[in-house]
Amino acid sequence: MADIVLDKVSKSFPDGTVAVQDVDLEIADGEFVILVGPSGCGKSTTLNMIAGLEDISSGELRIGGQRVNDKAPRDRDIAMVFQSYALYPNMTVRENMAFPLRLAKLDKETINQKVDEAAKVLELTSLLDRKPANLSGGQRQRVAMGRAIVRQPKAFLMDEPLSNLDAKLRVQMRTVVSRLQKQLGTTTVYVTHDQTEAMTLGDRVVIMRGGAVQQVGPPQELYDHPRNLFVAGFIGSPSMNFLHAAVQDGELHTALGQVPLGDRVRRELEAADAPRELILGIRPEHFEDAELVDDDTRRRGMEFEAPVDIVESMGSDKYVYFTVEGEKASAAELEELAADAGAADFAGAGGNLVTRLSAESPVAEGQTRRVWFNLEKIHLFDPTNGRNLTLHEGRAAGALAD
Amino acid sequence: MAVETTTRAKLRWGLLDVLVVVFALVPVLWIASLSFKTPATLTDGNFIPREWTLDNYRTIFDTDQFVRALINSIGIALIATLIAVVLGAMAAYAISRLDFPGKKLLVGVSLLIAMFPQVSLVSPLFEIERQLGLFDTWPGLILPYITFALPLAIYTLSAFFKQIPWDLEKAAKMDGATQGQAFRRVIAPLAAPGLFTTAILVFIFCWNDFLFAITLTSTERARTVPVALSFFTGESQFEDPTGAICAAAVVITVPIILFVLFFQRRIVSGLTSGAVKG
Ligand SMILES: Nc1ncnc2c1ncn2[C@@H]1O[C@H](COP(=O)(O)OP(=O)(O)OP(=O)(O)O)[C@@H](O)[C@H]1O
Ligand SMILES: [Mg+2]
Repeated sequence: MADIVLDKVSKSFPDGTVAVQDVDLEIADGEFVILVGPSGCGKSTTLNMIAGLEDISSGELRIGGQRVNDKAPRDRDIAMVFQSYALYPNMTVRENMAFPLRLAKLDKETINQKVDEAAKVLELTSLLDRKPANLSGGQRQRVAMGRAIVRQPKAFLMDEPLSNLDAKLRVQMRTVVSRLQKQLGTTTVYVTHDQTEAMTLGDRVVIMRGGAVQQVGPPQELYDHPRNLFVAGFIGSPSMNFLHAAVQDGELHTALGQVPLGDRVRRELEAADAPRELILGIRPEHFEDAELVDDDTRRRGMEFEAPVDIVESMGSDKYVYFTVEGEKASAAELEELAADAGAADFAGAGGNLVTRLSAESPVAEGQTRRVWFNLEKIHLFDPTNGRNLTLHEGRAAGALAD
Repeated sequence: MAVETTTRAKLRWGLLDVLVVVFALVPVLWIASLSFKTPATLTDGNFIPREWTLDNYRTIFDTDQFVRALINSIGIALIATLIAVVLGAMAAYAISRLDFPGKKLLVGVSLLIAMFPQVSLVSPLFEIERQLGLFDTWPGLILPYITFALPLAIYTLSAFFKQIPWDLEKAAKMDGATQGQAFRRVIAPLAAPGLFTTAILVFIFCWNDFLFAITLTSTERARTVPVALSFFTGESQFEDPTGAICAAAVVITVPIILFVLFFQRRIVSGLTSGAVKG
């Protein structure tokens, strides 16, 4: 077991592609860290550099305090689980799991004992004599895990290990991975595409974009205090709503009405180079049916009226889609997010407002409804560089903060 | 309607297949038939011999010449095949898996060798081998065979190596294998069908060669069967060697058939199934 430190690690490929740029990351001993980001942002490359399968172009990688840049994978003592499972088809499950131990030249008895142990943990005991071709996807996945855990490495690296499983199995395997990691307490770096995996599995999440780290932190912190537009849009499902906002006389003109600003944001906007246009971000759960809001709460937010487009009742609450008029928010980040999620999933920047209202709300399709939203939970972003203007010392304070 | 067309189509294809097989096999069978005939009935035109005899076979195995040539052939072809496949496997592996300077050049040169007309090389080779003392020796034939078999081996093998998922090799490295161990214990077993296919092709190439064998040998020391056959005259000057030549021709076909049959069992497809999803 060991900590992993990436110190200004970069990777450029011979063809000039810069896949990873100056990544600084400190992974503590026993920590479970998730790498997420859109396709092609350099997650796998980062993982492969930690593994030693890919050379590091510049920067330093330390495992357990030791510089390992020039060490071969086998001298780094870390195990990896591949998206494709990568089981050896000519070997049985037992031989697959024993392979790393045999290479380590352990004696037969120890090998058998260790394999049996790992097989028991992963419920593979009855499958030990089968070949990978005769296993189901979930079983193959477990064999791949087994091969990683048998030799008790310093760290686990996993590259989208569950993405080839169907939805139900994925949920099941997610708990297996989580339990296994807690039980073994081994430092783990886990790459995924999946929001849910990122939010539920890790101690900390690293969000990457175009080879650079955007933000690192516990899942809830990333959700509540996104440092920039990209993180805000990437984390959360359904995603945050983004609206165009024009700065005028210390107020914001938006499709939802005039949004008042607190001193803190106003001071920031007084600077000579401050943007005249902003992007306002607000999560679906920070809306509420105006009828259901008590006076105390009402003071912390503001209200608007809009025609109801679609109502999706989830039982516990209702997703209500409103149509709002006005200029669309536009920024490079938003386009990228829309492209990655597929335009349908990313409603964020369109003329549509996604809200999550209480189940008691009598809202119906076709109506025009009065809706309240929480000004303390609003984020304001600079469209030119994506920076979150409402963030002070890492905390998001809303539009009204003094 | 559909059934009718398929049966018709099947029939048509079947007929065509039979035609091709007959076309290819008749000469072979004819030779086999001739090899069992007595000198008297040799030219009677019957496909099935009237009088069966094994005399022709006895004759060729009695002559030292033929047995010696057979040993030469087997030895030279096996050694050349072994070396070509091992070298070819290493080169093909490097070409399909590694990025190294001069990779394109290597592929280009091996292609060049494959395309080079062998006839134009025969005289210089003859001179070189005489200077080096390789003329009329086993290595004197093995070397050019390897040279010309290597491009073939490299091409067939790299096609096979490319089919093996790269992740397997990465997994082996992560599991603690060196590059060499990854190749020997993970890649090579999976590439086995490719290795056997290549071995068959190279063996046949070496076994059938006439051009090099006739120019680079002069005595029984290294003369291979195809050449020995052309020198076949029979026991005495007056004896007609046709029957004996036919018997020899049958005998030299047998090792190839055995070789193919032996390795064919190992060429099982789907060896890599289950390695990776999708
Ligand atoms: N061998 C290579 N040569 C050149 N560019 C490469 C190479 N491998 C990867 N890249 C580029 O590096 C970038 C990062 O790739 P990487 O595989 O790390 O992405 P990823 O985040 O894992 O994406 P995904 O989620 O699709 O797996 C991509 O733009 C990719 O095209
Ligand atoms: Mg990837």
